[in-house]
Amino acid sequence: MITIDINKKLYGANGEMDLDVYLEIEEGDFIALAGQSGSGKTTLLRILAGFEEAEGTLQIGDELWLQGSKALAPQKRRIGFVFQDYALFPNMTVEENLLFVKQDRALAEHLLEITELSELKKRLPNTLSGGQKQRVSLCRAMMNRPKLLLMDEPLSALDPTMRTKLQSEILLLHKEFGTTTIMVSHDPSEIYRLASRVVVLELGKMVNDGTPKEVLLKTNGSQKFSFEGELLEIVKVDVIYVAIIAIGQQLVEVVISEHEAENLKIGESIRVSTKAFAPTISQ
Amino acid sequence: MLETLKTIELTPFILSFKLAGITTLILFVISLPLAWYLSQTKSKAKPFLEAVTALPIVLPPSVLGFYILVVLSQNSPLGQFFDETFDIKLVFNFTGLVVASCFYSLPFMVQPLQGGFESLNKNMLEASYISGKSKMTTMLRVALPNIKPALMTAIIITFAHTVGEFGVVLMVGGSIPDETKVASVAIYEMVEIMDYRTAHIYSAIMVAISFLVLLGVYIFNHKQSKKIGGFH
Repeated sequence: MITIDINKKLYGANGEMDLDVYLEIEEGDFIALAGQSGSGKTTLLRILAGFEEAEGTLQIGDELWLQGSKALAPQKRRIGFVFQDYALFPNMTVEENLLFVKQDRALAEHLLEITELSELKKRLPNTLSGGQKQRVSLCRAMMNRPKLLLMDEPLSALDPTMRTKLQSEILLLHKEFGTTTIMVSHDPSEIYRLASRVVVLELGKMVNDGTPKEVLLKTNGSQKFSFEGELLEIVKVDVIYVAIIAIGQQLVEVVISEHEAENLKIGESIRVSTKAFAPTISQ
Repeated sequence: MLETLKTIELTPFILSFKLAGITTLILFVISLPLAWYLSQTKSKAKPFLEAVTALPIVLPPSVLGFYILVVLSQNSPLGQFFDETFDIKLVFNFTGLVVASCFYSLPFMVQPLQGGFESLNKNMLEASYISGKSKMTTMLRVALPNIKPALMTAIIITFAHTVGEFGVVLMVGGSIPDETKVASVAIYEMVEIMDYRTAHIYSAIMVAISFLVLLGVYIFNHKQSKKIGGFH
């Protein structure tokens, strides 16, 4: 069991803000941390890693990482951290990056095999693609068999195909090692695929906590489809108004009434839902 | 021409390079932890330490030389202590020159190293800490190997700057042949006794060596920045 009960004053883009989080996490859980930027997600991760000070309690099993303001050094916590920018050691080969954490050749070989990196083990990080670098970073984070794996938007710099591949590997590693994981992510499909629980932060406070289905599925009542999107433009065609909306990577057109057209603002975040009785799916 | 070159006394140059070599070595050992500390600390003492470190750049060498004389001469408590305990005199000999040069060239070693450390990706250093590595190990095995251009600049510039010093050396060392008469002081003396020919030759050698050293550094750094271009 991991108990997080922390408090920290933040001075961010939105002025002064209290980061106030109480969380109990079962061992082996995969938690996704969501919320708008500036909500304190990364800070929470950095407090867990010991990079930033905070007041409160952090209890991991029977170990106390934080008690009041007395914190255990990051060196003694045995955590894994996957950074968005990979943060590999450029002067070491892929293999050396892993062995730097721990001289455990068998584990290094095994991890590189799972992530299909064995052939690249003598290469320097700067010769690798973004996806390969992040796989190395993931392997490196697993090298000390961490009690807690922290990932700060690990896949947000990668293209969609590479993302899906990495998601599978993260799942694979999570299944094999059973490491308790906390991942910051903005991508609903990623959260749905990986996490068993979603915690949403807003201005430093927890505003939602549940399974991905409960938190992410936005349909209610008889609605069958519901999408969050951004309003790009409203075009008047004869007597009707057509709204151009970006949903994920797709653009769609929706007919709206004159009244709606007057009330909507370009750039607003809106929800598009429909009652579809017999949707068709094709490949 | 060759005959003239043969008659040129090279001891001042050997002395200059010996002084520069020893100074660079000592400063590297001292500056490494200092530069690392300055690059990582959030302490309020940082600007104070940075200002003290940078002082030798601003001060006239005579001021620096004067204070070094005051503190290290046999009339001072420190000078007396070294003289009586170790039988070492700290001024008007080679040891004195090394001590003075270490003060004089300190910023040229510390500043490039500090700049290099500060430009490193913080996440990379944190990745080392969570791997259980101490600050010391992180500095030696992660930080230092990734600031090669800065390291190269620091070493070469410190070396070259020490070769080029004049005022401090003259004040603290005087001009004792084979002991403290380094190249720059020798040139000064040649001009004073109006031996312009030797002064010309000495000066030309200094210009050539300095230019080659600097050219070498810039070529190296150019190549390095190409090699690790994608990394910041």
